[in-house]
Amino acid sequence: MLLDLFSILAIGIGAFFFLAGTVGLLRFPDSLTRLHALTKADNLGLGLVALGLLPRAETPLSALKLIVIWALVLLSGASTAQLIGRALRRGRK
Amino acid sequence: MSLLPVLDISLALLIVAIAAWTIAARDLFAAVVGYVAYGLLLAFVWIRLYAPDVALTEAAIGSGVTGVLLITAGKRLGALKSAAPDAPPGLALKLAALVLAALVAGALGAAILMLSDPPASLAPEAAAAADGPGAGLGNAITAVLMSYRSFDTMLEKVVLILAVIGVWSVGSDAAWGSAPAPLRRPRPYAAMVFLAQMLAPIGVLIGIHIFWTGANAPGGAFQGGALLAAMWMVVMMARLAEPPRIDAQWLRLALVAGPAVFLVVGLAGEVTAGSFFAYPASFAKPIILFIEAFMVLSIAAALPMLVAGPPSGRSGQ
Repeated sequence: MLLDLFSILAIGIGAFFFLAGTVGLLRFPDSLTRLHALTKADNLGLGLVALGLLPRAETPLSALKLIVIWALVLLSGASTAQLIGRALRRGRK
Repeated sequence: MSLLPVLDISLALLIVAIAAWTIAARDLFAAVVGYVAYGLLLAFVWIRLYAPDVALTEAAIGSGVTGVLLITAGKRLGALKSAAPDAPPGLALKLAALVLAALVAGALGAAILMLSDPPASLAPEAAAAADGPGAGLGNAITAVLMSYRSFDTMLEKVVLILAVIGVWSVGSDAAWGSAPAPLRRPRPYAAMVFLAQMLAPIGVLIGIHIFWTGANAPGGAFQGGALLAAMWMVVMMARLAEPPRIDAQWLRLALVAGPAVFLVVGLAGEVTAGSFFAYPASFAKPIILFIEAFMVLSIAAALPMLVAGPPSGRSGQ
């Protein structure tokens, strides 16, 4: 019961971050700020959704997989944000 | 009305919208990004149709590798365009394209409308085969791919090799045997190098895992091989490794290994199990995994070679 409440809360907050990130992506004025909104949604939103799903994992291995998925998205999200940001700065000069 | 059908219908509508947007997009890069998003959403559709194997393939090949391929091709087209002024297509050409598109669309529509009811299906036969000589595999999809339609699966890899030969043939005569041009600028960004160093070892591990687990769970040779191919591409983009010379012995062996081993084992089936591409029942699983291991190698070698493009005249490693 308590775990269910935890899951609902964490996934709910995660979904809110995705929503906020999407609004930012659609509404922010330039590419760098849009990138900022997007990466926050990915990192925090997905992290919270994964956290909320942890108690529902059937085996410790599938729980570990959830964490690995989050870590991989963190890695690729952070790196591609850097790459896009760098490319944008180069394009402006 | 429950929530799930609503989500399914929205997914379908979203896909149609993105497909239309991809066709309508004027900018080449934007169209490619639309196509990648289209592929990823299609993977969701396959998940909803309870076909995780197809979803994995669609995400890895249809969206990932094809996306890289199209972006690279788009870049080269851009370079060509600035060199040669192109004449806009004439009215006759536009009309011909219109007629051809209408014919293809009409034929597809007619084929779907005229399907017999119930539609002809090989599914029962394939399901029976999955319990037959390929038995011992927990994943019926792999069993069907490797024992019911083994010849098709082998020929798919041959097509990949033909495509690589086609790409190589586009290079100039003088460049034959040399290495394709590097995938990126001379000095890659530090973030790209970091990503390649962190991601490649993990990605290789996951690729091998997806191949290995494909015997019993969703996964398989194509999905695992595509992941390994992607890791090689990431490493090449970070300039941690250069594209190999196309006359390198190891590269050519890796390219033909999959279909060659498949064919040899298939011929051996004539002796050991009584027919072409049949496996002795007691050994089916190890034999199938053995063939698949070489197919993973071929796929992992072929896809990056398609992206790397024709030989450029560089001496390579």
